[in-house]
Amino acid sequence: MARTIVITSGKGGVGKTTTAAAMAMGLAQRGQRTAVIDFDVGLRNLDLIMGCERRVVYDFANVINGEANLNQALIRDKRCEHLSILPASQTRDKEALTQEGVGQVLDELGKTYDYIVCDSPAGIEHGAVMAMFFADDAVVVTNPEVSSVRDSDRMLGILASKSRRALENDEPIREFLLLTRYSPERVARGEMLGVEDVQEILSLNLLSVIPESMAVLNASNAGNPVILDHESDAGQAYADMVARYLGEERPMHFLEPERKGLFSRFFRG
Amino acid sequence: MSLTTGVPAKDQPVGDPPASSAPAFELKAAAFIMPVIRLLRLDMDAVEAQLMPKVQQAPAFFQHTPVVIELSALPSEDEEVGFPQLVGLLRGLGMIPVGVRGGGGAQHEAAKAMELAILSDKTKPVKTSVGDDVAPEPAVAAQAIGSPVGVETGSHLIDRPVRSGQRVYAAGGDLTVIAAVNSGAELMADGNIHVYAPLRGRAIAGLRGDTKARIFCSDLQAELVSVAGHYRVSDSIPANLKGCLTQVFLDHDVLRIEPF
Repeated sequence: MARTIVITSGKGGVGKTTTAAAMAMGLAQRGQRTAVIDFDVGLRNLDLIMGCERRVVYDFANVINGEANLNQALIRDKRCEHLSILPASQTRDKEALTQEGVGQVLDELGKTYDYIVCDSPAGIEHGAVMAMFFADDAVVVTNPEVSSVRDSDRMLGILASKSRRALENDEPIREFLLLTRYSPERVARGEMLGVEDVQEILSLNLLSVIPESMAVLNASNAGNPVILDHESDAGQAYADMVARYLGEERPMHFLEPERKGLFSRFFRG
Repeated sequence: MSLTTGVPAKDQPVGDPPASSAPAFELKAAAFIMPVIRLLRLDMDAVEAQLMPKVQQAPAFFQHTPVVIELSALPSEDEEVGFPQLVGLLRGLGMIPVGVRGGGGAQHEAAKAMELAILSDKTKPVKTSVGDDVAPEPAVAAQAIGSPVGVETGSHLIDRPVRSGQRVYAAGGDLTVIAAVNSGAELMADGNIHVYAPLRGRAIAGLRGDTKARIFCSDLQAELVSVAGHYRVSDSIPANLKGCLTQVFLDHDVLRIEPF
């Protein structure tokens, strides 16, 4: 039985799609058969981040409406054979996703995949609720600032009350925190919430801290999930995320400001 | 909304200005719990036949009790509801029908003609009808105000964080929370509220007017605290009490927040 992971946040622009792409690619590279689904109907982005936008023929809404079967719509990744992408529709509105239809697609994917990563749209409306409804695990993507933290808190409340697991009184969704766009320098200057501040409010299992990095933007522009950029700090932090999700213990990185400048390097040595 | 009239006379110092300039009322908002009669059919004779024995079981409970008529469970929004007969029936049994919830435009017009208020239907009706025996449920769930009395009874313990947007209501008892209550969350209890973790959201004790109810918390950072309708928002909570072990209680109609 596949495990369904929702990447969610409430707030927009915090790095959900980047995270979904990295999570899916990371799991697939470790040999897990993984499918990643874009739930952001009308504003699809995942295909761009994954670099498969020119191979989209059918989409998620076509499959739900029975206009295509799942295998026609799934796009096999060229870099990793274990990874498939199910793109969102650019032309439908969000009501195209029905709970019954989403459930059927997830069931069918569950027969052949180990992990299903759901990239949620921003907000707490229909699309976001559909993305999290069937989830087993949730990765709550949060930026270290108050509005993002509060939106994540709100999302956690919805996960705890409106998901399938909550309604059927099943074991609750496993919730994980992922801090993105973290800048230790700005935390040190008091301009940004630190890891402890966020943890004090959300009190969740912290998967990883992704530093603010140019590598993320470059990777998105190139259509390569940033986790493939092994040299970059963000790529390594995402690799840590996947490892910790699968149960490995790894020390947290990128929490301290980088020491820069000739003098400091000189005097440290 | 309710109007509470009159400032207690004892609060007025001797030799006050003429009564006409002293405030005669305060405008306040309050939430009430009311029984809801959820109509499942339009057959008023059947309603009468089935309601009678319920009232006879507990006549005191229904005497002078405001009730809301819920229309959302009816098969159609267009069919005529026999409001005159229903209102007459409820009044005859000692109840005070105050309004309707749910339903459609024509039904609302008919209700207005009977001087019934149209109550907002933002909260989805809760699954039970009045009088059904319902086991207490886990309380971490958005509980609608105005849901039938007795859906949740007794005291409640919450051991998971109460998140922004969540509301927890302990009807007829105390509410104890041993995890953080985050800003944007709301705790309500007919009795006392105890929070053994940071209280950053709202806490409303004595929801049904119990002036002896209190709020106890180990780390006060609340957005709002209220006892029996008397409230204070974060701005008017003294800064030196924030983050302290405190209790909130009513002392002769004055809401006091004190460390202990």
